[in-house]
Amino acid sequence: MADELERPEETSETHGHDDPGAHLPPPTIWPFAFAGAVALILVGLIVSMWAAVVGVILAVVFGFLWIRDVSRDVRAAPEPEPVVAPEPSPLTVEEGEPAEPERFPRSKFLEGATLGLGAVIGGIVTVPALGFAVAPAFVGQEEPDVDLGAMDNYPENEWRIATFTSDPEKGDVTRRTAFIRYNGLKNEVPSYTIIFNRCVHLGCPTQPQGPPGEPEEVKTSAAPVTLTPTQPSGFGCPCHGGAYDIEGNRTAGPPVRALDRFEYSVINGSLWLGELYSVAEVEGEGADAVAVRYRHTDPGVHVDGAEAWLYPITP
Amino acid sequence: MARTKSKRRTQIEQLLLAPLNWLEERSGLVGAVKYFLFRKVPHDTNWFHTLGSATLTAFIVQLVTGVILAMYYKPSPNEAYASIQMITNDLTLGWLVRGMHRWGASVFIILLFLHMGRVFLFGAYKYPRELNWLIGVLLLVLAMLEGFTGYLLPWDQTAYWATVVGINLNATAPFLGPFLADFLRGGQDIGTETLARFYSMHMLLIPGGLIALITLHLYLVIRLGVTSPPWSKDGAGVEREEVVVGRRGLVEPRPRGDGAGVEVRGRPEA
Repeated sequence: MADELERPEETSETHGHDDPGAHLPPPTIWPFAFAGAVALILVGLIVSMWAAVVGVILAVVFGFLWIRDVSRDVRAAPEPEPVVAPEPSPLTVEEGEPAEPERFPRSKFLEGATLGLGAVIGGIVTVPALGFAVAPAFVGQEEPDVDLGAMDNYPENEWRIATFTSDPEKGDVTRRTAFIRYNGLKNEVPSYTIIFNRCVHLGCPTQPQGPPGEPEEVKTSAAPVTLTPTQPSGFGCPCHGGAYDIEGNRTAGPPVRALDRFEYSVINGSLWLGELYSVAEVEGEGADAVAVRYRHTDPGVHVDGAEAWLYPITP
Repeated sequence: MARTKSKRRTQIEQLLLAPLNWLEERSGLVGAVKYFLFRKVPHDTNWFHTLGSATLTAFIVQLVTGVILAMYYKPSPNEAYASIQMITNDLTLGWLVRGMHRWGASVFIILLFLHMGRVFLFGAYKYPRELNWLIGVLLLVLAMLEGFTGYLLPWDQTAYWATVVGINLNATAPFLGPFLADFLRGGQDIGTETLARFYSMHMLLIPGGLIALITLHLYLVIRLGVTSPPWSKDGAGVEREEVVVGRRGLVEPRPRGDGAGVEVRGRPEA
């Protein structure tokens, strides 16, 4: 049998089973129960949270029983005999035995030094390279503010679909679309609702639910902006059927929060687009709308509620 | 008539074999290749056993066509789409090579799944081949990543929005999801860096991993041998004598070690 192990190219499957070294776990029925519990979790996630909780408890219990069954052999295995007499290391010299002169294991030192130095050199090379691959994605990602043209282009209580390049130097790849409504003055300060068109399910472009008018090009201090008038009843996403009301609150479909919004400022009579931020839900309408502002995060990521605990830190 | 080889024939043979002998003497590579190609396999292997090498062939097709495409493709946002149009419409046989790469990608994935199904149904993932199954799973993941990164490269509307959705799917993974998405995009949104990033992953990083894992995969295939089909009398898990029925009515696996405390009946010395 030992020969068979030495020549594995000739061992057939059944030989493998005969090998004394083959470790097969003892039979157990619990994987089936565990699979049932997992199925219950998945069904519960859709149907009822309580069923999912029961499923989790069952899965833990059955998983434990499974592991207990499978590991019975290992646990029952006798403790390996502690090595009573370790080989005398070359460093230790028995008292009263002057025969063997003390010997420094030079080959061991050289071995360790070679491996250690290799690891250090590898680290010196790898760490900056990995950093270069990863860090630029997270550092210096601020996008410049965008000039969206004079305030006159945005009549009160009318929607405009604004298409612009957020960074004209980078070109068409930074083309973005936002839905903009001027809400009039509130406390003598102009108020805008500026909604980012990207669906907060998985990032497809949402469409205004209403006929678009004639697009017109508006000159700004940077690249021109295209404004298309529209009077939508809400916004809808063509990819997976997410639907939003006029304030961007989810009304149907898979999105997990309300549509993202842009900060804005008015400088010398021009509307400037600022930072993007996320909201969970918007209360009120137009100039009176109130919402908690969260840092902008990826579509599909919860910003409030228990699910937000799944995303403790976001870039 | 010509029982013994003519002198001329011997001369020609020696001439042809001389380079091979030269190589063999210095590297042993000829022997290694022979060992790989003419190793022993079970007598009842069948056509299903060719799915693995079919998958490998599909991968090699992807490698070769991919290298050729890389000669003409320009991974920059302003040129990518035009370069794909040029490859498809203007270059001689460009449509063919791109078509092979494009459809070959699907063939590769389909064959991977068929191969996986064969291994599963034949029980070929069982001891001692579990590790090779795990490597195969990693290969499947890398192959899917190849599909994901390659899909962006044509840089048309389908490619762009499919990748937006795909990356955002990754972003919804708990804890590290948003970081993974930013890493894939090279920022908060698909921008100038994303395309080159995906191109680099698609043609350098992931294929490197695939080649390394395929090498390991093949090494284990050669080391452990090929399994017989389950209907074979030598099939995986087929008991060749009386089975031992355990206290729960389940078939107990063979006793290990010296089988102390277990009655072993009719166990042949193989």
